[in-house]
Amino acid sequence: MDDSRPIFLQIAEAIENDILAGNLAEESQVPSTNEFASFYRINPATAGKGVNLLVDDGILYKKRGIGMFVATGSQARLATKRRDQFEAEYVRPLVAEAAKLGLSQAQLVSMIQATPTTEGAME
Amino acid sequence: MTAVVEVEGLSKRFGKFTAVNDVSFHIEENTIYGLLGRNGAGKTTMMQLLTGQQFANSGDIRVFGESPVENAAVLGNICFIKESQSYPEDFRPRHVFASAPWFFQNWDAEFADRLVADFRLPLNRRIKKLSRGQLSAVGVIVGLASRAPLTFFDEPYLGLDAVARQIFYDRLLEDFAEHPRTVILSTHLIDEVSALLEHVLVIDEGRIIIDENADTLRGSATTISGTKSAVDAFVGRRAVLHREGLGGLTSVTVEKLDAADRTEAAAAGLELGPVSLQQLIVRKTSIPETEFGAQS
Repeated sequence: MDDSRPIFLQIAEAIENDILAGNLAEESQVPSTNEFASFYRINPATAGKGVNLLVDDGILYKKRGIGMFVATGSQARLATKRRDQFEAEYVRPLVAEAAKLGLSQAQLVSMIQATPTTEGAME
Repeated sequence: MTAVVEVEGLSKRFGKFTAVNDVSFHIEENTIYGLLGRNGAGKTTMMQLLTGQQFANSGDIRVFGESPVENAAVLGNICFIKESQSYPEDFRPRHVFASAPWFFQNWDAEFADRLVADFRLPLNRRIKKLSRGQLSAVGVIVGLASRAPLTFFDEPYLGLDAVARQIFYDRLLEDFAEHPRTVILSTHLIDEVSALLEHVLVIDEGRIIIDENADTLRGSATTISGTKSAVDAFVGRRAVLHREGLGGLTSVTVEKLDAADRTEAAAAGLELGPVSLQQLIVRKTSIPETEFGAQS
């Protein structure tokens, strides 16, 4: 956890990442608030706030007396949300900076194509 | 939420020195609080007032709804671990733990035994012969195993090594999750404990200057750096917590930037940086201006 952003947001992101990566499958049970708290060494109330954020978003749902589960369709919904974020946080600034440097769109595309990627990471 | 502690207009003077100056705040049930501040800010005096060990000059203190002074019903629910606890002559740690159940009705002897093993505390050595860190471990064990509904830790870990401090944090969180209670932790090691805290009280020169949820504070301030003219133009009339300058470059810490502010700052070519809880508190409790080179 880094100390410059609210921890409950970081917890929510960490759970989202696990769902996106398939480590937490849809309809599987997620760890309890107290388990998150002791794993990340944070206040249980803070961990609960992070989990509840995902419940409010419909990514997780509660089964009374049993625990917290990943909702069906969460992975696809998160992927869409992250794609939108990626566009806003990376692509737009990238294009703006390229324009500042006088690069054409074709030049930018060829630079991206020439950038090595982890094998199989971009299909 | 129920308030365990309610303080209104509290003041405490020692001669001409005002240690606590017209302070009002609430402490909620089953929450871990950080009571933070510089040396001599008034933290210990505050905790002594809340535990009936000092008498207030003015103001009102309610702990579990009653005055704590000479009040056995209230004090029986409080555990106060001090930086320098003194014990009877010839006491050994085992005597401390054997007598603890007389004072703390929730005392868990099994939990205390586990903590003794965790901290590798010699039970039969005289207290006087313990190292500073081992002496702190005695206090930490009493504070945790007593499970008092209101527990104060005043700089509990003088001399405790990094491993022992981590054991303290881990056991505190685990036990708090199973047995929720109100914990007030006073410390200078803000970075180490910040993730444990739900709420932060910062006291400076006898006054409460921050009374806020820890996660709300985190990320509430931003450092903006760039050329002096660009920074000044952006900052405008915003309140500046701290300012540093080096030649033509300036770095200022300001509160609460929204997304539009961030876009504007980025468009002006300014760098935005995060401010940790510890940095924020340092900024709020120290002199606001540091100018290297020419003063402007």
